[in-house]
Amino acid sequence: MEMVNIKINNIPLQVEKGTKIMQAAKKLNIDIPHLCYHPDQKVKAHCRICSVEVVGKRRLLAACSTDVWDGMEIHTDTPIVRDTQVGILQLILANHEQNCLTCARNQNCDLQELCSRFNILTSHLPDVSEHLPVEDTNPSIVHDPSKCIKCGRCIRACKDIQGISALTYAGRSDKIRVTTAYNKPMEKTDCILCGQCSLVCPTGAIVEKDDTQKVIDVLQNPKKHVIVQVAPSVRVALGDAFKLPTGAIVTGQMVTALRMLGFDRVFDTNFGADLTIMEEGSELLDRIQNGGKLPMITSCSPGWVNFMEKHYGDYIDHLSSAKSPMEMFGAMAKTYYSKQIGIDPKDIVTVSIMPCTAKKFEAARPEMGRNGMKDVDIVLTTRELTKLIKYVGLNFQSLNASDFDSPLGSGSGAAVIFGTTGGVMEAALRTVYEKVTGKTLDPVDFADVRGFQGIKEATVDLGIRKVKIAIAHTLINAKKIMEKIKAGKCDYDFIEIMACPGGCIGGGGQPIGTTMEIKKQRMASLYAIDKGMKLRKSHENPDIIALYKDFLGEPLSKKAHELLHTHYHKVQKEHEFSKFNKK
Amino acid sequence: MSKPIHFITKNFDKYDVSSIGSYMNIGGFEALKKAVTMDGEDIAATIAEAKVKGRGGAAYDMGRKWSQARAVIGEKKVVICNADEGEPCTFKDRELITKDPFNLIESMIIAGYTVKAQDGYIYMREEYSHLRPLLLNAIRQAKSYGFLGTNILGKGFDFNIHLYSGAGAYVCGEGTALIRSIEGKAGRPRMKPPFMKQSGLFALPTCVNNVESLSIVPHLLLDDKKEYQNYGSGESIGTKLISVGGNVNTPGVFEIPFGTTVREIIYNYAGGIKEDRAIRLIQFGGASGKVANADLLDIPYTYDDLQKAGVIVGSGAILVIDERTSVIDFLRATQAFFSHESCGQCVPCREGNRHIKLFLEKLAAGTATQDDINAMKKIAKIMAMSSLCGLGETAQNALVSAMKVFPESFAIGGAK
Repeated sequence: MEMVNIKINNIPLQVEKGTKIMQAAKKLNIDIPHLCYHPDQKVKAHCRICSVEVVGKRRLLAACSTDVWDGMEIHTDTPIVRDTQVGILQLILANHEQNCLTCARNQNCDLQELCSRFNILTSHLPDVSEHLPVEDTNPSIVHDPSKCIKCGRCIRACKDIQGISALTYAGRSDKIRVTTAYNKPMEKTDCILCGQCSLVCPTGAIVEKDDTQKVIDVLQNPKKHVIVQVAPSVRVALGDAFKLPTGAIVTGQMVTALRMLGFDRVFDTNFGADLTIMEEGSELLDRIQNGGKLPMITSCSPGWVNFMEKHYGDYIDHLSSAKSPMEMFGAMAKTYYSKQIGIDPKDIVTVSIMPCTAKKFEAARPEMGRNGMKDVDIVLTTRELTKLIKYVGLNFQSLNASDFDSPLGSGSGAAVIFGTTGGVMEAALRTVYEKVTGKTLDPVDFADVRGFQGIKEATVDLGIRKVKIAIAHTLINAKKIMEKIKAGKCDYDFIEIMACPGGCIGGGGQPIGTTMEIKKQRMASLYAIDKGMKLRKSHENPDIIALYKDFLGEPLSKKAHELLHTHYHKVQKEHEFSKFNKK
Repeated sequence: MSKPIHFITKNFDKYDVSSIGSYMNIGGFEALKKAVTMDGEDIAATIAEAKVKGRGGAAYDMGRKWSQARAVIGEKKVVICNADEGEPCTFKDRELITKDPFNLIESMIIAGYTVKAQDGYIYMREEYSHLRPLLLNAIRQAKSYGFLGTNILGKGFDFNIHLYSGAGAYVCGEGTALIRSIEGKAGRPRMKPPFMKQSGLFALPTCVNNVESLSIVPHLLLDDKKEYQNYGSGESIGTKLISVGGNVNTPGVFEIPFGTTVREIIYNYAGGIKEDRAIRLIQFGGASGKVANADLLDIPYTYDDLQKAGVIVGSGAILVIDERTSVIDFLRATQAFFSHESCGQCVPCREGNRHIKLFLEKLAAGTATQDDINAMKKIAKIMAMSSLCGLGETAQNALVSAMKVFPESFAIGGAK
């Protein structure tokens, strides 16, 4: 490893060759301001607010994009650097809709933070904000272009993580916009509502559609029995929003908080996840044994399902017909649970806390419900739950832990790991293996399917035959697999795909500031929860066993099919060029 | 009237620009034939000896550029001719393409040979689309004569030339925006590194040269008597094509020896000012260049002398504005150009141009305050110091130099 000697503000420092100025300064605990820079993205060097002085250079250099060299002397706080950084901030501010007090990102905004840091008390630049209309025509994502600082983070997320490029720059000079092709509403483009753009946006330009008021309203309605389910990944991410250590497991405090918010019952999506394993696992076996369509691909990630519908509509029968854990939970809440407690399903309101913006769209799908009732009524992201907890004034960090309610509050370790890439596959293998072989799995861990690698492959011997499996996360990787299927060159039997990087721990609805480093901690926490549980296999969950015995019968039974399975459909995109391009 | 000089322009009107045979009758492709007997390093040295500087505006030592490009290791390399002549009041490259297209083709082949490239790209501005047939014909004929294609002149050297048209954006004259445009992407600059010479077009090592820079090369290679070096002195040797425009009687492209005074250029070559009006200002080097007043008329046109006088050679443009136009109105016109042409990616350029435009309007309306003037100055500095590319860096050259040369135009209450 080649080291170079540099000086930052006259302090000598030795760093690895190839280090950027910004990272070198960090080693001296100097935080060079930045807006377009994001640790998980390619460097863009657009905002220029990280400009610093380097001795011998005529112009300032961008700290995000400039490698240090031996003998480099950097100054981060000379008058010209200060003037430039503050000047750039004021230039951005003059074009930024300054309704911070009513902004979804109030007190959680990179731009606001920099204004506070540089003590921007006034600006004599004229207000040149554009007051453009807010775009909020879909259930998941709201785009407010007047708050956009054109940093390009959302564009990079959409392109480099998902390979979709629904968002792009259009126009030039002060007319430049981050927008969709032909300015179509996002849902009418290739966008799959995954919300990765909202996760990286430094301001309030792209945010989740806020449904917190809906929840506040139903909680105040005495006629409604309001129940809540929480996705597995939320319990290892929510703590971030309350400045707890990264990856902190806050299941107990979270349950207490939800109860104190006024939910009548606090349940766990893990129950739905265990149920999903029962149905999806049985479906896989059925497909393998009866010559069904293979490979079968999981369908619990709604961003991924949207992608299939929009991009690979002709291959939709590869998707498992099993609903997502959230929807299975909802269906059971409005039928089984309703009967059990003797409350009319019309009076039950199901709220879901999800790491995901696309779940809002999934809940609104016409397929998801019956008799004019939706299985899941309101979906909140982790970020919106944070707001609710702050709204009622709870001191989250100090809450005592409590347990989920019964019966929809139980889940296995297998269900917990649904929150990470590889988790659904591992959960399925634990159950399918035992069901097919009749043997007890020991140990229950499948190391091959764990980790952040984009596409993982493994072969598992199920006794009847060896099964080839694959796991992919992000749609760039999903696309690689789908292209293999399209070319007829795919010999996998079962594939797990999640739209977001890392799976739900990196979901588009997770706390702002979610980075790769943070996701690693969340992943470790989920596996730690699983490891610490006695119940680690879905089919051993006693409440699931009871559910089948008392209500559903067998997996894939008629009733199970009616309530727990669905069909997705090819979506014709509005700007489908392929029909013109065919040679 | 100064005696016209023809070194770079020696082929002008001497042959039928649609016929390679006609070009060869006046010695066309002799330079290439000589070049392929030379070591590439010697070709670069010949250029370096003549102290040719890049003539797109940046004035980088061209011999050094070729030598560096040659040294870069790469299985495939690219040479680009930047014919995106978008600098306002600059039209010398158009003249070179129109009147001597084969010379440009020949020089590109020599460039390819020198830096060991396999492909050459001419990136020509959209407004020059009418010149496409001329260049395509020249490329086709050169190919049929074996000057392009495989095993050129039996030397085992393969080279092809491709012609690309821009879509009208000034910023595509910037190297990284130019390559993105050829690649079919939106023509917006990107950060450096990676530098073009290592990773440019299609991520290949790329050597970009201006039309005029390239056009000199064949003449230099055949200049055994070193005629070129008789002109000029110091760092400014040889001749230069300049385009003179504005309120002059005979605007046009002129080949001048370095060292000619600005007065000679304006009053002899360009025929003086219309109706003998007084000069308000002269802008050198295009819209991104700097301005001066008539005090500089007796300065010799060289890199050093112009720089000492506070202006630059830049693109070789000289825009003469007579007394009828105020300094502020001139700046507003220049600003309108940059406010339109900024790519919009980086904050200093996008927002800086937006605000300076507004301040200039206030100045013109007589409503500007001293705070406005100070803010304008500060923004101009930020743009120059921190913009992503050369466009933002130089967009306020005119303003900043005008503030120095014409302080009375920025005096509050006295703006005119």
